[in-house]
Amino acid sequence: MSFYDSWSALMIGTIAGFILVFTALIAARIFGPFASERGKGVSYECGMLPIGSRWAQVNVRYYLIAILFLIFDVEAVFIFPWAVTFVRQAEEFGMFVFYEMLVFIAVLVLGLGYAWRRGVLEWK
Amino acid sequence: MALPMLLTDHWYDIRDLSNLTNPLLDFVGDNISSELAYILGPLIGFIASFLIFVLPSQLYVGVYGERKLIGRIQSRLGPNRVGPFGLIQPIADAIKLMQKEALTPKTADTIIMNLAPVVFVAPAVLLFAVIPFGPRMIVANVNVALLYYLAVSSLPVLAAFMAGWSGNNKYSLFGAMRIVAMSISYEVPLVLAMLGVVLFTDTLSLQGMVLWQKEWDIWVGMLMPVAFVIYFICVSAELNRTPTDIAEAESEIVAGYLTEYSGMKWGLFYGMDIGYALAASAFAATVFLGGWSMFGLDKIVPPWLLLVAKTHLFYMIFIWTRGTLPRLRIDQLMAFAWKFMLPVALANLLLVATERMLWVDAFDSKQVFLFLFMIVNFASAAAIIYAWARFLGYKPENHPTKPRLVKEAGGYVPVGREVR
Repeated sequence: MSFYDSWSALMIGTIAGFILVFTALIAARIFGPFASERGKGVSYECGMLPIGSRWAQVNVRYYLIAILFLIFDVEAVFIFPWAVTFVRQAEEFGMFVFYEMLVFIAVLVLGLGYAWRRGVLEWK
Repeated sequence: MALPMLLTDHWYDIRDLSNLTNPLLDFVGDNISSELAYILGPLIGFIASFLIFVLPSQLYVGVYGERKLIGRIQSRLGPNRVGPFGLIQPIADAIKLMQKEALTPKTADTIIMNLAPVVFVAPAVLLFAVIPFGPRMIVANVNVALLYYLAVSSLPVLAAFMAGWSGNNKYSLFGAMRIVAMSISYEVPLVLAMLGVVLFTDTLSLQGMVLWQKEWDIWVGMLMPVAFVIYFICVSAELNRTPTDIAEAESEIVAGYLTEYSGMKWGLFYGMDIGYALAASAFAATVFLGGWSMFGLDKIVPPWLLLVAKTHLFYMIFIWTRGTLPRLRIDQLMAFAWKFMLPVALANLLLVATERMLWVDAFDSKQVFLFLFMIVNFASAAAIIYAWARFLGYKPENHPTKPRLVKEAGGYVPVGREVR
């Protein structure tokens, strides 16, 4: 195992990344001016005083999109091991490996079709 | 002719920069302590990749080159004041940003607001760790590099949501919701496109993918054009590049999730957006464009230079699309991800899996089959895209309107030139 095969490099990279950020932020802290003024603390809303709170209502479609994403992302997690060991499995079991995944994907496509018919994918 | 054709182990062979450091690391590991060598190795690797790739690309392709090229596309000059041809502009920008005051609204969630740039920037360094710059020039040769890359490159979404939520601003919140929705929507076809690549190369390691492309003398981008195009569109959506940057669309929601940021905190977001785009370009160059290998040219030219050149070429397409295409609406983008990209990606996956099945049985004519697949894939790419677009009801414009010069501007018609 050489120096280049180790996961420890990634830990050192994380530390290096944090050092990079904090250097930039501390430099900005040193060089930048800081003066408190009454108007500066107001959050931006096109130059006027903000109306109401930040809790603006958000469309429910975002939630549906998140659910759909979960389904397909978990699907991808299941297909990745299949893709990596595809050849080894295919040499042992033949076309069965292929058909099996076909069924798996077909079920998900059915789900997508259902969501489509119910109008989840429309953005109005 | 006795050209030095192969990369040798001599320290003076700078085509592979790891030759310079390996003797040093071996010396440290043998004589001082092996733990120190394990820390020193990645450190040298990170610093080297920063010096030969990240920093110059970031400054002179990401900031200067992008502004200059977009300026030329839009018939402007671009930066041309600071230094010769404006070449010192990126450095001047960085110094200026440091001297700006970073405002924080009184009603904001201060801790999360300060944490968001840190969460955004820190993973960017990790992305460059798994990109192979040469046969042995790789900081961390992780065997699940592709999954690792996909996981780490979706971390900035979290930072963007933190930034948008903490600002106590309606525009920030809308921008944050939009970026999350769009990123997760485009993540799905991206991962499915990557699955096709994994099927053929049989590995999740990026170095393994480059070696596969080198072995079979073919680029994955040529073998699977659909996957390449899907990767490009999805990654430009995830990175908020301009045709798809609805999360910071200044004509709708002021600056999206960055509305409340200023000074160096904003600068970190801006700078690392370019860093992520560069990482995505390097990833595309590695997976789809052969990485450091170039049909034998890598024996003469330094391999890391080839990778940097391919990365910059890919980045040029980003700049080009940014300079020419108008911004899309959110409903168009979401519908495009779920209704067009996802079915096309699934069809592509099935096609590639079928071809992989055939390829197992092609014992002694594998190279021929590979080129055959390439032609089939190009044809089927056109067929799939055309058929699915027709299914969705898209009709190409039969009589495109040509741009023409008009005499009046903004509805004002000079006297005596009224249109009859």
